[in-house]
Amino acid sequence: MSAWRNFTEGKWVEEINVRDFMSLNFKEYLGDSSFLVGPSKSSLKLNDMFFGFLKEEKEKGGVIELDTKVVASITSHGPGYIDKKLEKIVGLQTDKPFKRAFHPYGGINVAVKAAEAYGYEVDEDVKHIFSEYRKTHNQGVFDVYNADIRKARRSGIITGLPDGYGRGRIIGDYRRVALYGVDRLIDEKKKEKTRYAYPMNEKNIRLREEIQEQIKALDMLKTLGEAYGFDLSKPATNATEAIQWTYFAYLAAVKEQNGAAMSLGRTATFLDIYIERDIEEGVLTEVEAQELIDHFIMKLRMVRFARTPEYNDLFTGDPTWVTESLAGMNLDGRSWVTKNTYRYLQTLYNLGTSAEPNLTVLWHEDLPENFKKFCGKISIDTSSIQYENDEQMRPSHGDDYGIACCVSPMTLGKEMQFFGARANLAKALLYALNGGKDEITGDQVSPAFEPIKDEVLDYNHVMKNFDIMLDWLAKTYVSALNTIHYMHDKYAYERLQMALHDAEVIRNFATGIAGLSVVADSLSAIKYAKVKPIYDERGIIADFEINGDFPCYGNNDDRVDQLAVEVVNKFMNKIRAEYTYRESIPTMSILTITSNVVYGKKTGNTPDGRRKGEAFAPGANPMHGRDKSGALKSLLSVSKIPCENCQDGISNTFSIIPQALGKSLETADGFTYEGDIKVENLVQILDGYFRSNGYHLNVNIFNREKLQDAYDHPDKYPNLTIRVSGYAVNFSNLTNEQKREVISRTFHESIA
Amino acid sequence: MNPLLKEDTLLGNVHSIETFGAFDGPGIRYVLFLQGCPFRCQYCHNRDTWGVHENKRMSVKEILHDFEKYSHFYKNGGLTVSGGEALLQLDFIIELFKEAKHRNIHTCLDTSAGCYNDKDDEKYKTLLSYTDLVLLDIKHIDDLEHIKLTKHSNYRVLSFARLLSDLNIKTVIRHVLLPTINDQKHYLLRLRNFLDQLANIVKIEVLPYHKTGIKKWEDLGYEYELYHIKEPTEIEVKFAEEVLTNDYRFIR
Repeated sequence: MSAWRNFTEGKWVEEINVRDFMSLNFKEYLGDSSFLVGPSKSSLKLNDMFFGFLKEEKEKGGVIELDTKVVASITSHGPGYIDKKLEKIVGLQTDKPFKRAFHPYGGINVAVKAAEAYGYEVDEDVKHIFSEYRKTHNQGVFDVYNADIRKARRSGIITGLPDGYGRGRIIGDYRRVALYGVDRLIDEKKKEKTRYAYPMNEKNIRLREEIQEQIKALDMLKTLGEAYGFDLSKPATNATEAIQWTYFAYLAAVKEQNGAAMSLGRTATFLDIYIERDIEEGVLTEVEAQELIDHFIMKLRMVRFARTPEYNDLFTGDPTWVTESLAGMNLDGRSWVTKNTYRYLQTLYNLGTSAEPNLTVLWHEDLPENFKKFCGKISIDTSSIQYENDEQMRPSHGDDYGIACCVSPMTLGKEMQFFGARANLAKALLYALNGGKDEITGDQVSPAFEPIKDEVLDYNHVMKNFDIMLDWLAKTYVSALNTIHYMHDKYAYERLQMALHDAEVIRNFATGIAGLSVVADSLSAIKYAKVKPIYDERGIIADFEINGDFPCYGNNDDRVDQLAVEVVNKFMNKIRAEYTYRESIPTMSILTITSNVVYGKKTGNTPDGRRKGEAFAPGANPMHGRDKSGALKSLLSVSKIPCENCQDGISNTFSIIPQALGKSLETADGFTYEGDIKVENLVQILDGYFRSNGYHLNVNIFNREKLQDAYDHPDKYPNLTIRVSGYAVNFSNLTNEQKREVISRTFHESIA
Repeated sequence: MNPLLKEDTLLGNVHSIETFGAFDGPGIRYVLFLQGCPFRCQYCHNRDTWGVHENKRMSVKEILHDFEKYSHFYKNGGLTVSGGEALLQLDFIIELFKEAKHRNIHTCLDTSAGCYNDKDDEKYKTLLSYTDLVLLDIKHIDDLEHIKLTKHSNYRVLSFARLLSDLNIKTVIRHVLLPTINDQKHYLLRLRNFLDQLANIVKIEVLPYHKTGIKKWEDLGYEYELYHIKEPTEIEVKFAEEVLTNDYRFIR
């Protein structure tokens, strides 16, 4: 039976072009959700086992089992199953469910530390090999780091750099394996390699070596398939195979790489084409189709890595960012919404709410009304999904991009990024006042310059010093990232993921900032109120006396919102002025994940009145409780941050109490009715925010009381999922400190 | 001084603005609460809106300019004028609604019509010609009880309801359910009887009385007289809804 039977042919036959295949063959679905079905018996049974593993994991302090001897690779472990008879989609990272693999390439010391944190001892031979004979990424980076980078790292003005863990944020186009089969992909890679035969310069030598590694990885992918009894050399011939092939490609990536964010891409519409064909051929029912998707999604929920405690502080809740991008618009005016888009979202009902996969709806005003309502219902019922502005992404990334991690867009198979954590701009502002000295340790971190000695802080003087500080910070930060990505390419190259890209890939250089709202409010206080610095015995400005009122970011007040805009533009332009590794394009994000708590902890008192150690607001959010003039004003302030200078994303986490969305009708199943006023109003908020050029929105719909109750009685809410900054997390997995920060966020209400 | 303000323009006396209103009319709405009310409802949850003293003065232009900032969110919603009692500033809201309709904005009037006077019918007719929806609050169908509750007769309220029906203005009837005051079956049946005579009703809403307004009374140092009244139970609300809406001939 021909794998491509009944498919409309086009460019995709001659060249690797999944987007062309999809556009020619997908069926947009405009109907409502009434066709969806519940979980099958086997799905329920498997899901019970899955929850059993979760419980066991928690009871054992976070890890069920950890490999300490076998170095992870695509073929390092034999096949593993949850229950072979029940699983329609198979494949595990190791030979047992929830057993975490051992990944030393990012850094042997880091991997050993991660194992030790859970009470495991790494095999001595393995330690010896990776210390004596095989250099790792982490070692390479620290061989090169200069003095400034080391100081910036130690002081925390730059935090979370991927120099001790996998950088992630690379999405292989996993669909290629299903559509073309591995053999065809290897042929294409061989052809690509011949294009770089001359000149044998450094660039081509490296690329040719990388392509050869990619081919090796593709061969190993076939071996992985064989271990489970599948022949991945050929294209998938039906829906089950298409899902299985796509999953194996993804699985190979997460077997070999423990990148921070290992995102999936955009698979729902692609797979729908196979499901539709099977349904038309009479070999698949809706119940079976949903079962396949449920089993696939369940596997994605099981992805696990061994992380260090420092890593967990920054990115709490064991996130893997298996981000799947849903919907969005085709350039021809149709949406990419299919029945399968609905099936993915339906898993939140069939299997229960979950943080992973990170379901991300690429929102557009022109998406089918029925679909928009279904999304609204899902958000109200589960608070598990996030939204991105499709209209912002398509001009730069076309209509076949995926979100990596939380908010980072990249054209699938054609773009990747060098993940760069973030710089702490609130701390930079304090350094600007103190001539480059750290406000907590008193250490001289940047080269010394004249600190501010004014009785009352003068806005222009502060801005002048801030400028000096940001110049140094940009230079140091970019230098660190150049080093990291050079070494990551060299010692921990993502060969399987890059095998599922074109050879000539566009590389984005993704910097980030933290503390934007603190900086904006601090500058506002300095400009509009009277801020007197208070010096400590070391002569360092350690606190501030603020007299008078000042506008705060988050109230749609241009006096302060434009200060936030100015800071973003300024820092982005400084980044742009620096040399970036491998012809990469500099970008920036305003996203903190859960690290806003850690950044705050490391930052002293700030001129906006924030106390030392107090958490920052997440991402681009206004500071907690300062956006007092209502939901829309808060949203509009954030929407002013210019996307062209934050091409890697602007994260906004929005919390609103359900009652504020309107008065609901009761339903029999306890979930929200799709025609409900709450759903309609939420859809209007999303439409409105994205029409106002908003970039991203995490939507949380619950009361502070519920979170407080979950804080006091964690056992009552084992599966409460909330959106933090760019991802979802099981509330019970947060540290108490983070829980308190989440509870202290602004919950928008409305006058009844 | 705001450049949009001119000396000679008609100004509204504004109590406050809610840019995210999800309760006063369809969709998400810009709700303008005007200052001043003739009624003295014992259970008022916006006690601070009673006085007709000067508050924030705003022109039509200024309000609509502010509205436009949020208009991306109001595609299915619009502008609601509430209070206080919006009709106390009749001339102002005529101008406001006229200009809003000119800009194709959905207009909604939230009122309890306590100051309606048929001598001004021409003005009311002008206002209503620019009004897409009226939310009419009927507090008590019995006049004596109405006076006890609000210090005023319900005569004006019921006359205004008839005017709306005569002019065929789409109207939502709202009735705040106060146990032992207006939730008795005979009162509900009388109210139903009155509503049956109207031919312009799109919806009848029973709003359970809630005590959240008490705080404002206490903050302002006034004595709240309904401490003893309980919030109605779900069953009581359901019952009232049934009496008022069963087989009611709503217009579309």
